[in-house]
Amino acid sequence: MLYGLKIAIRYLTASKAQTALLVLGVAVGVFIFIFMSALIGGLAEFILSRTVGDISHITIEAEDPDPAVLVNGDGLVLAVIERGRTRTATLSDAATYLPLIENVPGVVAVSPQIGGAGFLTRGAQVAQVSVTGLEPGRESAILNLRGYMVEGSERLGSGIVVLGETLADDLSLRLGQTLRLQSSTGASAILTVGGIYDTGNGLIDGSSVYVSLPTARALFALPQGVTRIEIKLSDLNAADATALRIASLTGLDAVPWTDGAEQLMEALDAQAQTGYFLKTFALITIVIGVASALLLSTYRRRPEIGIMRAMGAGRGFVIFVFVTQGALVGLLGGVSGAALGYLALLPFPSRDAFEPGTLPMDITQGSYGLAITLTVIGAILASILPARSAARVDPVTAIGQ
Amino acid sequence: MTALLEVSDLFKTFGSGEAETLVLSGLSLTLQEGEMTALLGPSGSGKSTLLTILGTLMKPTSGRHTMLGRDLVAANDAALTEFRNLHIGFVFQFHNLLPDFTALENVVFPTAVREGRETPAARIRGRELLVRMGLGARVDFPSAKLSGGQKQRVAVARALMNRPELVLADEPTGNLDRVSAMQVMDLIAEINRDEGTTFLISTHDEKIASLCARQIVVGDGQVTG
Ligand SMILES: Nc1ncnc2c1ncn2[C@@H]1O[C@H](COP(=O)(O)OP(=O)(O)O)[C@@H](O)[C@H]1O
Ligand SMILES: [Mg+2]
Repeated sequence: MLYGLKIAIRYLTASKAQTALLVLGVAVGVFIFIFMSALIGGLAEFILSRTVGDISHITIEAEDPDPAVLVNGDGLVLAVIERGRTRTATLSDAATYLPLIENVPGVVAVSPQIGGAGFLTRGAQVAQVSVTGLEPGRESAILNLRGYMVEGSERLGSGIVVLGETLADDLSLRLGQTLRLQSSTGASAILTVGGIYDTGNGLIDGSSVYVSLPTARALFALPQGVTRIEIKLSDLNAADATALRIASLTGLDAVPWTDGAEQLMEALDAQAQTGYFLKTFALITIVIGVASALLLSTYRRRPEIGIMRAMGAGRGFVIFVFVTQGALVGLLGGVSGAALGYLALLPFPSRDAFEPGTLPMDITQGSYGLAITLTVIGAILASILPARSAARVDPVTAIGQ
Repeated sequence: MTALLEVSDLFKTFGSGEAETLVLSGLSLTLQEGEMTALLGPSGSGKSTLLTILGTLMKPTSGRHTMLGRDLVAANDAALTEFRNLHIGFVFQFHNLLPDFTALENVVFPTAVREGRETPAARIRGRELLVRMGLGARVDFPSAKLSGGQKQRVAVARALMNRPELVLADEPTGNLDRVSAMQVMDLIAEINRDEGTTFLISTHDEKIASLCARQIVVGDGQVTG
């Protein structure tokens, strides 16, 4: 079929301007396809990184077991024990689970934490805060504290507290100053401000403080275990599957971030649908363009097709010549459109440097291979109709003697 | 002499109902191997129709058609395509060459389309044929830029490419001036003499017909003389 390829190429190069226009049309369609892919993908990435980039992707929280109910033989409730109010539920053997969880594929960070409520006292000022005890050395495992530091360091150690800028302002606290932190269990500690951060999240900046895990143990009277394990994944979208895996591995209640994020998921879904819709239209445009151009060409070349058939070219050969033209146009248009798309996306900032207010184009999500493949397939499909009509040309009427 | 081709009781009608036209009505004809025959008849008498049927490009409405012992009425499209490629060469009056290809590329087409590529052997034969047609200087010339006479000589070379037993030429000189027409006819006569290829050449020009050993005339849908 080398010979069919030669004829197809000759036909395309014989009318260069026409072929160039056709290839350009296909390239524009591919360009739109790639631009849409990069935009929709980048937008999703941007929204996700803004909303869930800094939170735990899978969270294991201690379950407070429901207190027992005493029932007699007739089903009459004899006694109900009130749920404990002072004791915090704990994952007492967390230490044994941590290495297991760390080895689950896709897990990039595991952060055992002790959380609870407390009061910060600085002179006469008091603020209610949520206290989180983090493992020293893994302070930035989930929330990127290091990246948000405005003063001091995120390093937690004994007697160190790290807090938000809003809270520091409220209490007129500065780096190196001391304060008193009292937990809901009544224990208290004198701590030094080791660092001040600004995350942009009001709740974290205004009413959260971070201490080391040992400090939290003392404050909340938890000699062992933790109250929460936060897990970060390399792929946000794998959270559901990975959570199931962790749950079956440890028997713990692993909750993916997607639980309770239905609205966000729906919004992203709708956005992706819009993208598919537009990309489908780009492909349809390509198919129609190629089909009509080739149909015109088969009509113009009817006498030649008749001659070829008279000389012993089979119908299959004629079909091959025209389908190959379609495939070549698709390939040329696909590759040049993909190259054009890539070049056009180059000036946009990379996904790590997205700025609010600019289009979050993600050059890595251009779906270049997919765009080229779909275009070639589309162009081949588009050429089947013209190729079949070419193969059906009656040599007698085409030669017109 | 052995018969190369035989048609008998050939009928061909076009259209149906009121628009039905009967073009061939019981025509019979035998061509012997190595014959050079002129097909005469006024315009509209059915010369082209007969040549297209003999060339397996169209089937008769009824009748028998055999060549080289093969029944060509019963054969399917794929079999006829192969048969044409191997055994029949064509020269038409118009639209003869593929305009985007050179003279040589046109000549080697019947071989290349069968073999799937242009082999060096095919190129050598194509070049020889063009030299023989007096076109040695036009081998790689774009066919669209050749003169009318040159185009028809390329077409004759192409018709001979696969060494067919039969060459059908439908008014091959109809578009040419006298000098070019004679040149083409001389070359055809030479090939017929040297290679024994059978030619059937339609024309309404008595001078051209007189160059052929045998003349037949169609009229009223039959061979009349
Ligand atoms: N495809 C066709 N449909 C209808 N009529 C046709 C067709 N081809 C030829 N004819 C008619 O058949 C007759 C013979 O045509 P043709 O074989 O071309 O004659 P010639 O070649 O001798 O001039 C003419 O009357 C022509 O109009
Ligand atoms: Mg005619």
